[in-house]
Amino acid sequence: MKLNALTAHEILDLIKDKQTTPQAVLDEVQQHIKQSDKDVHAYVRLAKNSNISDVSVDQNAIPIPIGIKDNICIKGEETTCCSKLLTGFKPPYNATVIEKLKASGAMFVGHTNMDEFAFGSSTENSFYGVTHNPWNLECVPGGSSGGSAAAVAANEAIWAIGSDTGGSIRQPASFCGVVGLKPTYGRVSRYGLIAFASSLDQIGPLTKDVTDSALLLNILAGHDSKDSTSVDQPVPDYTKALTKDVKNLKIGVPKEYFVEGMDAEVKASVMQSIEVLKQCGAQFVDVSLPHTEYAVATYYIIATAEASSNLARFDSVQYGLRQNPAQKRKTTLVDMYEESRSVGFGEEAKRRIMLGTYSLSSGYYDAYYLKGLKVRTLIKNDFDKAFESVDAIITPTSPTTAFKIGARAKNPLDMYLSDIYTISANLSGIPGISIPCGFSKEGLPIGLQILAKPFDEEMLFRIAYTFEQNTEWHKKKVGF
Amino acid sequence: MISDKDVKYIAGLARIHLEDDQVTHLTKDLEGILHYIEKLNKLDVTQVDPTSHVLPLKNVYREDEVKPSLSQEEVLKFSVEQRDGSFKVPKVIE
Repeated sequence: MKLNALTAHEILDLIKDKQTTPQAVLDEVQQHIKQSDKDVHAYVRLAKNSNISDVSVDQNAIPIPIGIKDNICIKGEETTCCSKLLTGFKPPYNATVIEKLKASGAMFVGHTNMDEFAFGSSTENSFYGVTHNPWNLECVPGGSSGGSAAAVAANEAIWAIGSDTGGSIRQPASFCGVVGLKPTYGRVSRYGLIAFASSLDQIGPLTKDVTDSALLLNILAGHDSKDSTSVDQPVPDYTKALTKDVKNLKIGVPKEYFVEGMDAEVKASVMQSIEVLKQCGAQFVDVSLPHTEYAVATYYIIATAEASSNLARFDSVQYGLRQNPAQKRKTTLVDMYEESRSVGFGEEAKRRIMLGTYSLSSGYYDAYYLKGLKVRTLIKNDFDKAFESVDAIITPTSPTTAFKIGARAKNPLDMYLSDIYTISANLSGIPGISIPCGFSKEGLPIGLQILAKPFDEEMLFRIAYTFEQNTEWHKKKVGF
Repeated sequence: MISDKDVKYIAGLARIHLEDDQVTHLTKDLEGILHYIEKLNKLDVTQVDPTSHVLPLKNVYREDEVKPSLSQEEVLKFSVEQRDGSFKVPKVIE
């Protein structure tokens, strides 16, 4: 098998046995991108210098080629959130996760495509055009970390980094047949992640298997004084949680998730997956998350309110695109703000900024924003209560497989509803992982979502690894 | 529920210039989304505390020490217009 089609732990074994070198792996990844990214378009920019790492490759180094979502700052490398507004912006500093990857020896392949400012579930809202799903080029890769998921699926990166505000790592992982993890809120530093919704955003890994997910989280996790919402709690060695043992674990299945709107093939795959874990000794019980139906509405109040506030910083004064109104004789400061933001932001960004501004505005604050925060409490309480009696919860990652490009672009609400199973984890701050669990008749991947208590990523890895070692889904490779 | 006039007002608050056809379009989109959000009205939340953040966060303090930071040159490098070591913007006061 070609080097670029291997997992990181397979590559590390080869390097250790002196059967290959980090440079040979990087060369093969870059060579492959030249052929396949014309079709997939996972990357918006390839790195001029891949060696973000200063360290010489020693025994402990993990020299893995990695794709980085375009909303994570790399010093001197253009970082735009796939927005016209940030075209040309080269951050003067590194995100904390980049510093950590540097220290581990990772090699930077390029910035991956995304919905502008992570606003979307299909990567269709990118200023640089859509990414195609490697399993079927007519379909979306999911979003917003669609480029990262597609890069890993198409063997154009060994690892990729994404960010997840309402499912933006897990849903594209599900659509592209890879493993995607959203850590607990506060587990990974957000410093240098260009903020969408600060109380929901988390950075996380997209990988080819569960072992790689644990390896990469080992690098990313930890407290950071530059992000005061990162939690000062010891980071375990997550690879130690990769045990083939779910005996006597109690796993909940929320009845509210298995309702109208779920694709029959998705449902069948999830049910089969539950059987696999039962065979391995896990016990399944019904749990209730009664406020599930309110999650999408709550999310679109809170996420857009925070986004409108975060995106207020883009005033075209210190960096970013600047545009003065053409027809006016005089241009005031406010005219410049309004014109620059009008030209710089895409349609979905404007829609979300407007919705967020509306729900925060005088007269509507109580009816929308405050109400959203209160329902968020109810949703979080649902999980707290469920986790009193179960170790984990299993659901589909998305109600459907990847949809056709353009199919949901007309009605924004249709697009929002594709995140229905992933959003609650962000509202409650809990960790979640999506792993491949089957394929539709049309050959599109299906994802299984596992959720656990805050800071219990080890439980996710344990269940996911047991499932993976007892199935063959993760071995099915795309024809790239 | 939400009118063109509301949308124009909100656009002003958000500092986004909208053409008339964009106003019409956005009014329709926002109306649909707000209608969906109205389902929250089915819930009585008068006795519920709001959650703005999932972590039990307290203020994080640090010593007020001078540490290395970006130079003026580095900070100004990405601005479109600058003069005398400052960002240059159009006239603020008429």
